[in-house]
Amino acid sequence: MTTHIEKDPHSGTETTGHVWDGLRELNTPLPKWWLYTWLACIVWAFGLMLLYPSLPYFTGYWHGLLGYSTRTEVMQDVAKIAGQRALVMDKVAAASFEQIRATPALLAEAQTAGRTSFANNCQPCHGAGGGGRPGYPALAAGAWLWGGRLEDIQQTLQHGIRSGAEGARDSQMPRFGVDGVLKPEEIVQVASFVMTLYGTPRREASAETVAAGAALFADNCAACHGEKGQGNREFGAPALASRTHLYGDSFEIVQGQITNPHMGVMPAWGGKLDPATIKSLAIYVHDLGGGE
Amino acid sequence: MSDITKKPRFTHGTIERNAFILLVLALIAISIGGIVEIIPLFTIETTVEHVKGVRPYAPLELVGRNIYVREGCYLCHSQQIRSLRDEVERYGHFSLAAESMYDHPFQWGSKRIGPDLARVGGKYSNDWHYQHLQNPQALVPESLMPRYAFLATRPIQIDNIADHLRTNVIVGVPYTSEDIAHAQDDLLAQATPGADVTGLMQRYPKANLVPGNGRTPTELDALIAYLQVLGTMVDFADPSTENLQQ
Repeated sequence: MTTHIEKDPHSGTETTGHVWDGLRELNTPLPKWWLYTWLACIVWAFGLMLLYPSLPYFTGYWHGLLGYSTRTEVMQDVAKIAGQRALVMDKVAAASFEQIRATPALLAEAQTAGRTSFANNCQPCHGAGGGGRPGYPALAAGAWLWGGRLEDIQQTLQHGIRSGAEGARDSQMPRFGVDGVLKPEEIVQVASFVMTLYGTPRREASAETVAAGAALFADNCAACHGEKGQGNREFGAPALASRTHLYGDSFEIVQGQITNPHMGVMPAWGGKLDPATIKSLAIYVHDLGGGE
Repeated sequence: MSDITKKPRFTHGTIERNAFILLVLALIAISIGGIVEIIPLFTIETTVEHVKGVRPYAPLELVGRNIYVREGCYLCHSQQIRSLRDEVERYGHFSLAAESMYDHPFQWGSKRIGPDLARVGGKYSNDWHYQHLQNPQALVPESLMPRYAFLATRPIQIDNIADHLRTNVIVGVPYTSEDIAHAQDDLLAQATPGADVTGLMQRYPKANLVPGNGRTPTELDALIAYLQVLGTMVDFADPSTENLQQ
């Protein structure tokens, strides 16, 4: 059997010798530059296989001659930037709040670090600039539940509130309605009285209702919220006489809070953020406008 | 034009004209491709890291995960903190493969319209999640996340939870027969305040108890139980890889 190799008269390229209905298939060779690039790529791929982690085998995998690992690399990156930041953050960690206050450069650094961390971690609940939302205290307003000194804020940040973490600030308001401590009509009376504390008395409430509420308040609420509703930071009991209310100041909300209280939870940040960052956050939050 | 006549040799013409040789050679070529692709799969066990703390999902978390998949949360949220410095700084320790070893299918995702959720567990309170899922803009005005308020009105199906666990066993999740026997109790205990959770916590450490509403747990309860466990199973207090391995 023979194969006839002919040249195509137009292109001068050899044909494969196959003919279909008078059509001849050209046997155009691959361009040399393309062929050698392709072969070089194969060699290059074997080189990379040797240098970097590649093949799995029965007792593990090939780690590569360079010993490269993305984990090591990112750890080094993190350590490097931490080292650069440590120049400042170590000073923040070591200094007392008074010392930071007294050093403008250090204060500026702490506020910057605090602002960055606040945007990432605190803003979803407390709002941009610490404006707060119903259920999430307005940090800029100064209506502190547990204290607004730098040390107080630092402690709240570190351990959280009702977070379940060790050292967390913790308190429980009794469920006066759900647990049957007060009857529904008594709750209406107490709520009516509470509303007089902050100067928006309920129109429907008669003087007798408010007076009955005052007596019930003295028996049930004053221990934590204070006789005049001034609040008590030892238990995180909100100041009811204040103009700022965590959940709102309508009758329905006050009634609901007595019946089946919401009790906010703040996560503990001690495990997630380093002490210098928490300190910076405390300074940033303090300086939002509500600090004491 | 010159015609060249060659002596017949072993050329591709020979292969193409002889069905038997073509068949044998084709088999050899396919076998090489097959060996290269299949053999490494037999050694895959040797490359799997087992990390302390990673456990199968508690029944309620599993239901929540199914809702996460159903609602297509992965279309906007990834669950994979890449080993890049900026991601590690924002979200925490980079994700380990072991942390999604009981995910079928895994939820790594690739679209990042919303934040990564690999370590969202414990970052916000339960209350926050309840409010945020029902109306994200009430808490984060600039958010473009849709509202999922309807989840709060849909009770979950609880009578088939043991089957969900059994199905996961088929694909390799090590639920024990005890886990399966207690599946329904564990599911209800996690969403019922004041319930006895000793067994639940023993079987599924770090499970996050959700308040529920005193009735059948809703899809919202389940989803939040799932979100609150994400990324919390492994203790990264000592983050060197060796210490994380079992």
